[in-house]
Amino acid sequence: MTRLSKLSLSAASTAMILVAGSVMAVAADAGGHGEGGFPPFDPRHFFSQIGWLVLSFGALYLLMSRVTLPRIGRILEERHDRIARDLEEASQRRAESEAAQVAYEKALVEARGKANAIAGEARNRLSAETEANRKGLEAALATRLEEAEQRIGATKSEALSHVRGIAVDTAQAIVTRLVGVTPDTASVEGAVDRALTTH
Amino acid sequence: MTIDPIHQFQVQRYVDLLHVSGVSFSFTNSAAFMVGIVASIFLFLTYATRGRTLVPGRMQSVAEMSYEFIAKMVRDSAGTQGMVFFPLVFSLFMFVFVANVVGIIPYTFTITAHIVVTAMLALLVIGTVIVYGFYKHGTHFLHLFVPSGVPGFLLPFVVLIEVVSFLSRPISLSLRLFANMLAGHIALKVFAFFVVGLASAGVAGMFGAVLPFAMIVALTALELLVAVLQAYVFAVLTSIYLNDAVHPGH
Repeated sequence: MTRLSKLSLSAASTAMILVAGSVMAVAADAGGHGEGGFPPFDPRHFFSQIGWLVLSFGALYLLMSRVTLPRIGRILEERHDRIARDLEEASQRRAESEAAQVAYEKALVEARGKANAIAGEARNRLSAETEANRKGLEAALATRLEEAEQRIGATKSEALSHVRGIAVDTAQAIVTRLVGVTPDTASVEGAVDRALTTH
Repeated sequence: MTIDPIHQFQVQRYVDLLHVSGVSFSFTNSAAFMVGIVASIFLFLTYATRGRTLVPGRMQSVAEMSYEFIAKMVRDSAGTQGMVFFPLVFSLFMFVFVANVVGIIPYTFTITAHIVVTAMLALLVIGTVIVYGFYKHGTHFLHLFVPSGVPGFLLPFVVLIEVVSFLSRPISLSLRLFANMLAGHIALKVFAFFVVGLASAGVAGMFGAVLPFAMIVALTALELLVAVLQAYVFAVLTSIYLNDAVHPGH
């Protein structure tokens, strides 16, 4: 700007020097020039110039302020509004998409939680069933073990109850063979009982 | 046509409309250019915005840019309240701009090379400042001439300087535009006469005439710059002066 104004200033001053000479020449020649004088300073045309300037500039001002400027202003305003509206809409859309994203993530989390719950439940139910089966099996096994033990115990005591008779018979037979006399059954039984109790 | 660089500024009467006691009101070449300039500004801006398109075309862009350019200028110098003067500054800028640019075309009449025209425009600006200033702020408008924070003994001098500077505004505003237009056009004409003069002086002169002709080309470019710049300067100074009417306090 300053460079431009300097340029125009220097241009103007150069031109002014040129003008000064020309104007002086013209002024000297003014007498023979019909219209006379330097036209921009000729007062005979001042009134017409001012009158037409008032008319034309007045018309320009009225046209600009009433018609043209509101017209251009409206175009700019419409564009401004349109841009603002579009931006508004865009931000609204973005908010919507963000909400959708949040909802999706929430749904995902919920679904995942539900799946975990279902899996956990299934696992618990299965392990409970297994446990119950195991318990039943163990109980059955225990019963059978007990029965077997009872049976063994019964067999053992039965066997043991046979041991005395066998011992008595054996002792009687041995004595008979050794001594040749069959001992009295009662005394043998007593001896066997003594031997059995000491052991 | 005689060799007279002043002839281009000659007002020519076409029709005498009124003639009262030695003062005549006539349709002249000057009047024709004024009316033509106003009509072309209005028609161009109307035609350029005929589509009112959302995405502007070339011409609509020019109209919009000139609108926004002046609007920004007024808002920057006179603030939002100064926007009441936007139509005035816009009209002034367009009028001076088109008048200046049209004046560069050979055989046209440059209305801004007439001191009456530029003085009237400058008086319009200063008149608007004074009338609006008093209308809006009453006597407070006179604070324009009394800067705050000046020591008492200096005040009379400062007020005197402020008044003189205020009064010199319309003079400088009108003379700047007038002198720039006048000087540029006379310089162009002088060089044009050199071309004609040299060319008629024989073969050597014809070769010599190339120099002033080149000068005319360069000067025309410079004049285009000056025409645009002076219209801009006129509009900027108008905005700055109008700022005083809106905000009179310093």
